[in-house]
Amino acid sequence: MTSEPSVVEVTLESDLKNLEVAEEIVRRVAGTAGFSEESEHQIEMAVHESMINAIWHGNKNDASKRVWLRFETYKDRLEIRIRDQGIGFNIDDVPDPCSGDNLLKVSGRGIFLIRTFMDEFHVKRLPGSGTEVTLVKRIDPAQQPK
Amino acid sequence: MSMKATIRQVDSVMVVDISGRITLGEGCAQLRELIRDQLTKGNKRVLLNLADVTYIDSSGIGELVSAYTAVSNQGGQLKLLKLTKKVHDLLQITKLYTVFDIHDDEAKAISSFQKP
Repeated sequence: MTSEPSVVEVTLESDLKNLEVAEEIVRRVAGTAGFSEESEHQIEMAVHESMINAIWHGNKNDASKRVWLRFETYKDRLEIRIRDQGIGFNIDDVPDPCSGDNLLKVSGRGIFLIRTFMDEFHVKRLPGSGTEVTLVKRIDPAQQPK
Repeated sequence: MSMKATIRQVDSVMVVDISGRITLGEGCAQLRELIRDQLTKGNKRVLLNLADVTYIDSSGIGELVSAYTAVSNQGGQLKLLKLTKKVHDLLQITKLYTVFDIHDDEAKAISSFQKP
């Protein structure tokens, strides 16, 4: 894929009130990219959960910190990067919330939902500056706007 | 839209009609408080009507689990009524669909509760 992506970038205060701001941006970006309503909702949820991780776990709910979002729409996929100012986490340390012992735990389903809803999910530690997650959802050509 | 909940009693069951968002923060806290309040009053048969829930996140799902275990631990029963497709799919994905007793019909849901 060589064509330039359409890019939307925003920096938000680390405040849970901004979850709905991020969701609104997702709806606009995903809506014009040609996703089905179901895929749009899945992307919205994945970004919502990633934002919670960034604000709550990454930035420790510190409003002086920031969450950076970047949406890159390519012809065949949407790539979303979400960066916080936290120390990050190891994806392999996240337990399976569906296994017997974890099924009735109150928390621990966010990463699982992100992985379920997106085609790709990557976590990258940025030494000295935070953590960046990348979410990728491929666009079904049949759903693309004419 | 934040979460709204109204409670009505049908026979011995407290039916909670929930609308809006059950998400981290206010929505989850409201639901937690509501369940705690019902248990304090001795109401241990709870039916959560989720027909008008527009959005639920992982924290909201966790809050449903928390409500279920809190009521069960007191010897009561908590059931779910009228799931939207989105909530239904989330409970399927997280394998909680088999944990909860889920109904589409309110009258049948009410009659499924064990009598006091």
